[in-house]
Amino acid sequence: MAERRVSVTSEVGLHARPAATFVQTAAKASYDVTIAKAGGTPVSAKSILSVLALDVRQGESIVISAEGEGADALLDELAQIAAAP
Amino acid sequence: MNTRRTPAGGEATGPGPLTGSGDGVTGQGALPGAGETGRKAPGTGGTATDQGSLPARREGAAGRAETETGPAPLTGPGSPGSLTGTAVSPGAGYGPAHVLAGEIPEPDKESRHGGDAATERARAERAVEEVAADLEARGARAGGEAQEVLGAQALMARDPSLAAEVGALIDRGVAAPRAVFDAFGKYRDLLAAAGGYLAERVTDLDDIRDRTIAVLTGLPMPGVPASAAEPFVLVARDLAPADTALLSKDVVAAFVTEQGGPTSHTAILARAMGVPAVVGCAGATAIAPGTPVLVDGGSGEVLLAPGPDRVAAARRAVEARRAALSAADGPGATADGHAVPLLANIGGPRDLPDALEHGAEGVGLYRTEFLFLDRASAPSAKEQEEAYRAVFEAFPGGRVVVRTLDSGADKPLAFLPPPEEEPNPALGERGLRMFRRYPEIMAAQLGALAAAAAGTSAKVQVMAPMVATAEEAEWFAEACRTAGLDSAGIMIEVPSAALRAADLVRAVDFFSIGTNDLTQYALAADRQVSAVAGLQDPWHPAVLDLIAMAASAASETGKGCGVCGEAAADPVLACVLVGMGVTSLSMGAPALPWVRAALARHTLDECRSAAVTARSAVSARDAKAAARAVLPGLEDLGL
Repeated sequence: MAERRVSVTSEVGLHARPAATFVQTAAKASYDVTIAKAGGTPVSAKSILSVLALDVRQGESIVISAEGEGADALLDELAQIAAAP
Repeated sequence: MNTRRTPAGGEATGPGPLTGSGDGVTGQGALPGAGETGRKAPGTGGTATDQGSLPARREGAAGRAETETGPAPLTGPGSPGSLTGTAVSPGAGYGPAHVLAGEIPEPDKESRHGGDAATERARAERAVEEVAADLEARGARAGGEAQEVLGAQALMARDPSLAAEVGALIDRGVAAPRAVFDAFGKYRDLLAAAGGYLAERVTDLDDIRDRTIAVLTGLPMPGVPASAAEPFVLVARDLAPADTALLSKDVVAAFVTEQGGPTSHTAILARAMGVPAVVGCAGATAIAPGTPVLVDGGSGEVLLAPGPDRVAAARRAVEARRAALSAADGPGATADGHAVPLLANIGGPRDLPDALEHGAEGVGLYRTEFLFLDRASAPSAKEQEEAYRAVFEAFPGGRVVVRTLDSGADKPLAFLPPPEEEPNPALGERGLRMFRRYPEIMAAQLGALAAAAAGTSAKVQVMAPMVATAEEAEWFAEACRTAGLDSAGIMIEVPSAALRAADLVRAVDFFSIGTNDLTQYALAADRQVSAVAGLQDPWHPAVLDLIAMAASAASETGKGCGVCGEAAADPVLACVLVGMGVTSLSMGAPALPWVRAALARHTLDECRSAAVTARSAVSARDAKAAARAVLPGLEDLGL
């Protein structure tokens, strides 16, 4: 299981356009991809509603996890989206 | 009705819909009349629809119990059959009410399918896909922002977790419409509980749910007629993007919604369409369909079955406003010819067409951080130079005031990491303070500005944000001179800089007052904390005093002192600022015609008496009321 821990720096948090981009990217994977707030329960990173409902605000850390073919590259891409200001 | 936004509305749209980038650099200024609590006047007619049978909706937008001395209503307040809400898009609209509320009833709690779960699941999946595809198709037809909003809604409709939830309920025997209703309910509760931006998205979700249930049950799709014999006033609890995307001014005379605030879809799209709108209007959905309704998007008043004289008066008032606005053109000046350059606030070259269209004489605030946001490393000197040059060349011979990078803990940049966690970013290492830590970033920016300025005829002025002391002002001015820039100034945002303006002015060539931050610091009210938003009012006499101190220190040394905050976009306050000795005003482009017209109707002496009387008031509200009382020319602008 590969994992990335990222601090969200966007002013809008992981909402709005960053959330949509994040979910659309995760949806490309054929395997499960999860996102959790640090210490929280993981939810599907392919679900816009779950990601929005996490209510990740600016400055908060998230953990993204996945296991499968190319998971490392996908997680890097997701981490970059989540960390983009 | 021809104005896209209310005078102070240039920066007031907030985070916006799901696709909004929410840069947050600009202020949180309220629209005129915003903040009023919806009230229902006694004697309101109208038939209440059966609200008990409707799906639960989120509760109304939180209204503050605060009445603003906003624009004068077109009609007498408290008249029989009137409702009041928050005015979010100016102008008057009149037409029969088309009430759009709860056309999709909640599916029966106990409804079960026939037993073939797989078929029922496939039916639900098809319905969701049909709705998603329809949203996308509407988006494609509408284009622009609506397309992004509807695309985001389609993404919600196709949410795999939602589909799993629907499937699980159907497997337990629940009929598809009810399964859809319950599955959406879980997420709507989560979003509503989060409040703020997420709660605003509940409307989007409810719309997808209702559309899906309509497909499943064969009910007519909720929505708005795309054509009508005469333009109607669209009344709803709240409007979803799909409702509004294909509407035009030819069909809709005005919007009235029971819920929503200045950042709701209705508000944003109404302003974009130039259609009057009142949101947060309690009791609106009780208006009987077909009732003639007169909507004043400047005051927030909604009049039911008004007499023909009222309607005619409202139309005349709107026409007069339009004429008054279009009559004012040319450079900004008072009635007696005292010149006050009117400049635009911009975030980059993309804002130039709007600025030029509204008659900006130059740029009073070029927020360069937009060039630095959304990237992993600082823009190259060449890239910066090109962006700056594009702006300079748009105003040959005109003034362009550039604010150096205003980053900090609340607007962090990946390549300028904050040194430590700041418990209170507004008081942390931001603005010029960040440059003290990263002088090479400042040197690169000043160098690029000097290089871009060298090839143009624009009068380039450079200023630093968040300056607190004379020593900082000297340090920045010296850096500008080293870079070869002629005119170095500072923003007055920190009360210490205003209080000791006479010390700071010696080091620099000009001041520009950032009233949003100055207000935040003077009243110790964080702009990001909505609970203290009531204190974020530049009309507060303490703020006026600080502005006056800065303006008079500049004037004593013959230097300019502009204002580039939200305050400059308020046509009434603009007169007061000029009366206090402010020499130029810079604002979001849509406010320029209003401010130009307000100044043109008053002499410098009238502005001065407005300033004196405002500063002698004890509260922000009294200051505004006192100033208005001595500015007679506001009335024909409907201000």
